[in-house]
Amino acid sequence: MASYVLPFEKPVVELVTRVRELRELAESDRQYLPELRKLEEKTSKVARELFAELDPWQKVQLSRHPNRPYTMDYVPYLFQDFQELHGDRRFADDAALVCGVARYRGKSVVLVGHQKGRGAKDNVKRNFGMPHPEGYRKAQRMYELASRFSLPILTFIDTPGAYPGLGAEERGQSEAIGSCLAAMSRARVPVIATIIGEGGSGGALALGVANRVHVLEYGTYSVISPEGCASILWKDGSKADVAAKSLRITAADLHDLGIVERIVEEPPGGAHQDTAQAAKFIDEALNAALTELSMKSADELVTQRYDRFRVLGAITSA
Amino acid sequence: MDWPDKKPGGLDASEKASLGKGVFKKCDGCGETLTTETLHTSFEVCTCGHHHKLSAARWRVLLLDDGHLDEWDAGLSPGDPLKFVDDKPYPERVATAKKGTKANEAIEIGHAKIHRKPIAYGSFVFSFMGGSMGSVVGDKIARLFERAAEEKLPVVLLSASGGARMQEGILSLMQMAKTVAARERHRDSGLPFLSVLLHPTTGGVAASFAFLGDVNLAETGALIGFAGPRVIETTIRQKLPDGFQKSEFLLEHGMVDRVVSRLDMREELAMLISHLCSSPRP
Ligand SMILES: [Zn+2]
Repeated sequence: MASYVLPFEKPVVELVTRVRELRELAESDRQYLPELRKLEEKTSKVARELFAELDPWQKVQLSRHPNRPYTMDYVPYLFQDFQELHGDRRFADDAALVCGVARYRGKSVVLVGHQKGRGAKDNVKRNFGMPHPEGYRKAQRMYELASRFSLPILTFIDTPGAYPGLGAEERGQSEAIGSCLAAMSRARVPVIATIIGEGGSGGALALGVANRVHVLEYGTYSVISPEGCASILWKDGSKADVAAKSLRITAADLHDLGIVERIVEEPPGGAHQDTAQAAKFIDEALNAALTELSMKSADELVTQRYDRFRVLGAITSA
Repeated sequence: MDWPDKKPGGLDASEKASLGKGVFKKCDGCGETLTTETLHTSFEVCTCGHHHKLSAARWRVLLLDDGHLDEWDAGLSPGDPLKFVDDKPYPERVATAKKGTKANEAIEIGHAKIHRKPIAYGSFVFSFMGGSMGSVVGDKIARLFERAAEEKLPVVLLSASGGARMQEGILSLMQMAKTVAARERHRDSGLPFLSVLLHPTTGGVAASFAFLGDVNLAETGALIGFAGPRVIETTIRQKLPDGFQKSEFLLEHGMVDRVVSRLDMREELAMLISHLCSSPRP
């Protein structure tokens, strides 16, 4: 994969690259081990310090990083016996949204995730992770299937948003998303959503009506893209950095606002520096949540999910 | 085009005074010059059939028995969870909207009757920050569906909204999940939800409960869609065809059940309620 380095991550990338090289050496020659440990510690420390200083707009860039692991990159680390299930039975199969059944820690689950493309050609196929109505109708089909066969639903959110285009409007993008939200809210099984990258508006929420919502450390979740917000409210798309700050879309903000239950740590330098380690952190969080939710009855799960969203908002009574 | 059966045709003195007699307006449809008084009397529908925007207050008069709404939860106001400031702080923007619209928020809900049939009724106030859905709008819609389920009432909800309220950020997005879940609870009660889509209905309102009606009615000539036309034009880099995202376009594409003139809306709703509530529920 062509590597892409954001200006602010350069020092960390250099260190991480050296760690990777040294690790290879240490595998064949143990005398490098002490040096490796030292460099790993330094890298972790530098990365933590540097990334702690990142502003929200820089975090947005990280959440959209072209090297960031996407849904299908995590599948081999998290699941066994994955079978992708295609199509909405109405119009088409939408490659911007992948679904399937798989085994997670020995138990069958239903998996639904946005899927971005890697490179120009793949991104045409994946439509940059922006689903059409058929994607959401496929997801809806999966939520109903999961509910029918009592399989937990694990979703992975990573989209700039639902696609705004001619065909999408003709085929009912609004209705497709609304129905997806309805099917998720009705699902009689545990639902856990993990925001692995960009959580763009309603197109992300269609995978987000969950009992538990987790966000990766450099994931974001927003009602509108910072660029879009800036061009509407500030009448200036270049004020995206200001909008990103005002909208409070970083993992820490989301946790403060009660939008997510858990922030999932990322490896030094971000998930794209070590997919395996990122997957391990995601797995820990998923396992803990799923273990807890599996104790609840179907009715309890539906009610808990209802109440979870019912209280979100800021209201004063006159 | 039938006129509402019980509508007071003229205006009372105070309404006349507030309208300012002799003020003219050009029809956005045919370009004819009309007096505001004529337009007011015809609920802002021109003789050419063009529908201009109608206030929530006038919708009450047009649709409800005696024009009466027994309002629920009128006193709810938004907090400022994000401490959001663009060219002015959010609370100031809300205060300005309250003053300008004499409404408390971008929706009113309550108990009403149509043809003596009790209903739970909601109506967006588009002039209040573009009918945008923040915490209060989301909450009131949830309350509307919840209370309707409890009191065994059909829901009639008129949507007119630009979508989510950006100033409440991610919390406004969550209102989509909240309202849809409440709509689903109401669905389980076996009572109908009649969704009326007015001009314009887009974004987070369109993509949540608005298309989940048992029956969806679109007002003549309304703009209804997920993305706004400008966003789509920017994305696809071409001009949109005439009539794109208009009510008639939605009917053609199977997204709404009927396109209804405003002046027929009361009769249409009454008839639908009488059909859908005619059989005893199991
Ligand atoms: Zn006219």
